[in-house]
Parts: sequence; structure tokens; C-alpha cells
Amino acid sequence: MSGSSNIVAMKKIVQQLRFEANINRVKVSQAAAELQQFCIQNALQDPMLTGVSSSTNPFRTQKVCSFL
Amino acid sequence: MGEIEQMKKEAEALKTQIEAARKAVHDTDMASAASGVAPAPRVQLKTRRTLKGHLAKIYAMHWSTDNRLMVSASQDGKLLIWDSHSGNKVNAVPLKSSWVMTCAYAPSGNLVASGGLDNMCTVYNLKTPVIKTVKELDAHTGYLSCARFLSDTEVLTASGDTTCALWDLETGKQKTVFLNHVGDCMCLSLSPDMNSFVSGACDSLAKLWDIRDGQCKQTFLGHTSDINAISFYPGGNAIITGSDDCTCKMYDLRADQEVISYQDAALNSGVTSLALSMSGRLIFAGYDDFNCNIWDSLKGEKVGVLSGHDNRVSCTGVPPDGMCVCTGSWDSFLKIWN
Repeated sequence: MSGSSNIVAMKKIVQQLRFEANINRVKVSQAAAELQQFCIQNALQDPMLTGVSSSTNPFRTQKVCSFL
Repeated sequence: MGEIEQMKKEAEALKTQIEAARKAVHDTDMASAASGVAPAPRVQLKTRRTLKGHLAKIYAMHWSTDNRLMVSASQDGKLLIWDSHSGNKVNAVPLKSSWVMTCAYAPSGNLVASGGLDNMCTVYNLKTPVIKTVKELDAHTGYLSCARFLSDTEVLTASGDTTCALWDLETGKQKTVFLNHVGDCMCLSLSPDMNSFVSGACDSLAKLWDIRDGQCKQTFLGHTSDINAISFYPGGNAIITGSDDCTCKMYDLRADQEVISYQDAALNSGVTSLALSMSGRLIFAGYDDFNCNIWDSLKGEKVGVLSGHDNRVSCTGVPPDGMCVCTGSWDSFLKIWN
């Protein structure tokens, strides 16, 4: 019977829960507003939102022009 | 046994207290709060590159910080380094063990790492004339599910032995062990400021850790199955998780709770991987059903799909400059989309 190791394990669980219970929590409305602001501020720099023009797209296959 | 009973009671009371504290700040959810935000544009991405070279299932990929090179890992027993612009293979690293589950590129570009069912994280130097094994990090007692470099001298790992660890690459020893999960750790993500990281595990929990003191700071509940994928939101105040319960979720770190769930009644495949666009607005989530779904992270709506793989999408990654998304699959191919 590992009675004492069960006690040690339980103590750790309680200690961890006490720690987590004590943190400050911000209202979801405030947290959400700041997240939105971050997204919107950075939207113009986000190539997946603005699209990538073929002239600046490093993954666009280069078409070769030949003079006839 | 009276002491244990007392402690169990205290634990239950603390859990109730935490739930009440979360409810007390839950004055809205993300989707409602974002009702005034303009919808994200319909996202239609094209395959720009199909990278062929692996001979078996691809399990992991990771972009280099140069936005051009990437490393992929396959159970054909190789790491391949690709130049994504040309589509060429730059390097091949043969692995001692072919049962690889993760790979990582160091921010410097000098090193890559891999690991899997061998329970080890092996680090390779790409810059020596012949690629050399620099260290074998051997102390986990379960499989290596994820590895990430903090620098050329420190690596973070997540393991099936339920722990995460911070390693010193010079000594090859664990500096800090992160103990608290009760299920296999499946994924990890470093915070933008590198002072903390989050882990996802088979106990369906995500946890936030302080890298330096090893303390578990917060625990996030909500998923009902293994968490296979996790990522910090750019800016560092939120995390996104993907799970076998077929949903992705956003947890806000400061509100200490789930603020939105990305799910659809028609979707009944597990999420294997995820990556965020540069602003965080788009989530690229890979699923067991061979697709990668694109979600609007603020409104919770699906805004696009990447279809093209013939088997499960096992890994996704967006380079730091946000110029594309890469998907890797059990069909042995990697695709680059933008």
C-alpha cells in the first residue's frame, strides 16, 4: 500500500489548485475587445487576408517570356 | 485515511471556486463580442507547390525563420529539408529510428531536431560539411510527440510519458521537468515572448507553464478528448487548441477560460494539427477527413477549405511572414497554398 505517496500526490494536487484559484481574471468582454483590436490592426499585414499579388508571390511559378 | 478525505474535499471545493470565478467574468463570448466586426473574406487558396519526395506518411513539418526553408519528417525514416520557393530538396537526414512523430527547425537555421517512438529527441547540425548528430536527448520514458528550439542551446519537448521538459543542448540533460498532466502530452507551443509555453494532452487539458520555474500557471478545460494541436495566438493573450473531439477552441489566458469553439455538426473527424495566419484572424486546421478547414477565429465561422490530399492531413504550418500555409499528409506529400 502506497498510503504516504497518495498523500504526497494529493497535497500536490491541492497546492496546484490553490495556485490556480488565486489568479486574477479579466472580464471576457474586455479580453475579447483587445483580441479583436489586435486582429484588426494587423489585418492589412496579413497576406492570407489581403491576398498575395502574383508579382510579389514567391510561390508563383515564373513564366518565361521569349522574344520571337 | 482521514487526511486524504479532507484533501479530496478541499480539492473539490477549489474546483468549484475556480468554476465560479470563471463564470463571474463570463459576461459575453467571443462570437457575440465580434458581431460588429466585418466578416473575414471568403478564403480561396490555390496549391502553389506539391512537394514530392517522402515515401511514407508525413507526420510533422516546421518552417525555418527565413520563411523559405522547411523541414518535414516521415516514417520512411527521413527528415527532408526543402526550399519551398523552388520546391527542391536541400538536404536529407537519415534517421536511426523511422518511427518519427515530430521535427523542428532552430530559429538560427543551424540545427534541426526529430523524435518519436524512440523516446529521444535527436539534434542535428545542418551547417557542418556532412550533417552530424549533435546530441541525443534521452530521458523521457515515453514517445516524443513534439519538440521546439528556444535557441541553439535549449530545446523544449513534450512526451507520451505525460511530462514536458526543457533541455540544455550543451550537457544533453533536462534543466526543468514540467509535471502536471495525467495523460500523454501531444503538442506544445512557445509564447511569443518565450517566457512560457502551453501544452495539450490526452487528458483533454491544455496547460500554461512558466519556462524558468517549471510552474503550471493555468489549466484549461472544455475538450472531451485528446488535444492533438495547440498554438499561441500572435500577441500572446490567447491559445487555440485542436482535438480528437472534432473541435478547435480558443482559450483566453487573461479570462482563464474557453471563449469560442470552432465546430460544425457535419464535421466528425478529429483535428490533427493547426496553424494561424499572421494576424491570428484565420485558423488553418487539419483533420482526419483529409481536409484542412479554415476558420474565422473571431466569429467562429468556417470561411474556406483546402482539399487536395488523399489521406489525413497530419501537420500544418504558416511561416513567420505569413505568406502561405503548408499542409503535410499521410499521402506522403506536402502542399503549399496561398
